[in-house]
Amino acid sequence: MKTKRLLLGDEALALGALNGGLSGAYAYPGTPSTEILEYIQSAPLTKERSIHSHWSSNEKTAVEEALGMSFCGKRAIVSMKHVGLNVAADPFVNSGMTGANGGLLVIAADDPSMHSSQNEQDSRFYADFAMIPVLEPSDQQEAYDMARYGFELSERHSIPVMVRLVTRLSHSRAVVETDDEPLPENTLHYPAQPRQWVLMPAISRERNKRLVADYEKLGEESSESPFNRYVDGEDHSMGIVASGLAWNYLMEACGGKCRFPVVKVSQYPLPKKLINRLFDECETVLVLEEGQPFIEKQLRGVLDRTGRIFGKLSGQVVRTGELTPDEVRMALHKVKADIAETAPVDPKAPSQIVKPRPPALCQGCGHRDVYHALNDVLAEYKNPRVFGDIGCYTLGFLSPFNAIDTCVDMGASITMAKGAADAGQHPAVAIIGDSTFTHSGMTGLLDAVNENSNILVIISDNLTTGMTGGQDSQGTGKLEAICEGLGVDPAHLHTIDSLPKNHDEMMRIFREGIDYPGLSVVISRRECIQTARRHASAKAKAAQK
Amino acid sequence: MKHDIVLAGVGGQGILSIATILGAAALKEGLHLKQAEVHGMSQRGGDVQSNLRLSSEAIASDLIPLGGADLIVSLEPMEALRYLPYLSKEGWIVTNTTPFINIDNYPDMADIEAELAAQGRVIAFDMDALAKEVASARSSNMVLLGAASPMIEIASEKIEDGIRNVFGAKGEKIVEANIAAYRAGREYAEKIIKEKKQTV
Repeated sequence: MKTKRLLLGDEALALGALNGGLSGAYAYPGTPSTEILEYIQSAPLTKERSIHSHWSSNEKTAVEEALGMSFCGKRAIVSMKHVGLNVAADPFVNSGMTGANGGLLVIAADDPSMHSSQNEQDSRFYADFAMIPVLEPSDQQEAYDMARYGFELSERHSIPVMVRLVTRLSHSRAVVETDDEPLPENTLHYPAQPRQWVLMPAISRERNKRLVADYEKLGEESSESPFNRYVDGEDHSMGIVASGLAWNYLMEACGGKCRFPVVKVSQYPLPKKLINRLFDECETVLVLEEGQPFIEKQLRGVLDRTGRIFGKLSGQVVRTGELTPDEVRMALHKVKADIAETAPVDPKAPSQIVKPRPPALCQGCGHRDVYHALNDVLAEYKNPRVFGDIGCYTLGFLSPFNAIDTCVDMGASITMAKGAADAGQHPAVAIIGDSTFTHSGMTGLLDAVNENSNILVIISDNLTTGMTGGQDSQGTGKLEAICEGLGVDPAHLHTIDSLPKNHDEMMRIFREGIDYPGLSVVISRRECIQTARRHASAKAKAAQK
Repeated sequence: MKHDIVLAGVGGQGILSIATILGAAALKEGLHLKQAEVHGMSQRGGDVQSNLRLSSEAIASDLIPLGGADLIVSLEPMEALRYLPYLSKEGWIVTNTTPFINIDNYPDMADIEAELAAQGRVIAFDMDALAKEVASARSSNMVLLGAASPMIEIASEKIEDGIRNVFGAKGEKIVEANIAAYRAGREYAEKIIKEKKQTV
């Protein structure tokens, strides 16, 4: 039996995995991937079957934990945002070498247009050089169906499978047909090729040859995939390759029926057979893909001088930002100006009085008090520099605080402040949140401890992972012990509540930390206003009962 | 039947509950639906929007093309104007007129009112005031849903069922307050539409 449900792309994939015999889900929160693990955490089946669903400290630990579950023959997923895959790149690329035993899906949610990210990297490139196949759903139903299919593909070829999502699919709801009966979980069993899991050079060299051969085979299978297809059209003056969401935008632009032949791509390596047929049968080929020109580069190469391939690199498709139905329509118009259905539209003019409304730190947020105190102290010094990090407190860059000078990647506040101090910068201040600290700040702090670097590290602890909506933070209740354990001198480790009434005291300990010629750490703590409200209403509800 | 709706507001105002309720009602009616939301950084007091597409036929794109929206439904007057290029020439704007001012350069209200009025097919009123009158200020999003509902071909009872579902866990009192707000908004809008249809 099937039930229709209204699901986000993230949720559809999560439910597909649950119904596909999932035993463990691993993740670190990151927009737009967070809802995958959240959905699994709240699903009744998770409780019933004791499916693993605890947050991991970062994406690297998450991938390794999932790989360990796969080693034992069970089905696992691990989900992250695209930049999280950078953190997890080491185990991810090497998981191509070990291969998988139980079905393993590595879900990377890309964020073209950078709705909530610092770059537009395209995860398909990672999968390509790791020689790991990719599934790229074009809608929520495919996201659901691909989970089970992906587990089977993974087990059939003993290889992890990447599922590539993009923001517009992750965070868009649609009606999805779901199974009522979940598959049973796999029983614990060990890999058929146990040597392959020990990546010593002699074994890896041997394995690498098989991996290359397997990747070729996977490419052949792509042309037979239920998610890739050749849809013929009557006008062969152009053919179109449309991957993932681009397929939907193409269908929108041409009213559900395209006059040109189209190869829909949702499984990689590229279906060469289908694409060759398109190139043979059509005069030109337009490539429509969400993200960077991954497919186009492969079709074009360096030596293509046919002038028959159009896409992002040749300028017909927008090079940055996410695709939209309007961008796809314009691309079609640029290549084929004489087609009526893609003629430019004449929309209403934008309003001239509307002003931008950037996001801001919540009223009553402890990060505000940290920045007020820090700014007041730093006004006493010449040329202070503040190295920021990834989280709500990155908003401290904006007015009225204008408080940070850098924001690069998870954990970079501490290490960049250290590097700046090495260069002679003083004051050099790092500001990092609690969850980001345990994600990637601890190892950098150890570097600073070992050299007693002349920096002030402020850990602005709001007891949660705030920006992504308030997930458990792995360091809650342990930050002082972690800092001391790493070797921070207790005489220069302070804790304070980030409250307006403590403004002067915060200023005093920040100043003391800056003036001390070595490493100081201040943990300024106040629960996130959003999670505090949630906890208060849950408490009130419990009291009512 | 097809409705392409841009829901607009400021992060935290509650546009997503409107989408959830309409989504639940559409699912019960057996309609196709796609609804693109915004999560993450932009939710912190910034502008937020959601594209809600309802149709009796299959829907391709999650996003509404330029000039394609039948309705802009907004909890905030300046935010209603942000998406004008998406509104079709025959489209309607339904918006709250209470401004949410968290930026220094918020435009003059008279300019916003004039630009809204110039669009013709507009239902704009103080939804916070009406919500306070019949329920509580927090129900202004349900007044907005009510005000937009005459433009959406879903039976009003089905939308009310959706409200019951979404607020059910919070107790009967809150459900009733939200339904009262919804009905007041619907009634108010029906009156305006009648007047407008004679003039537009």
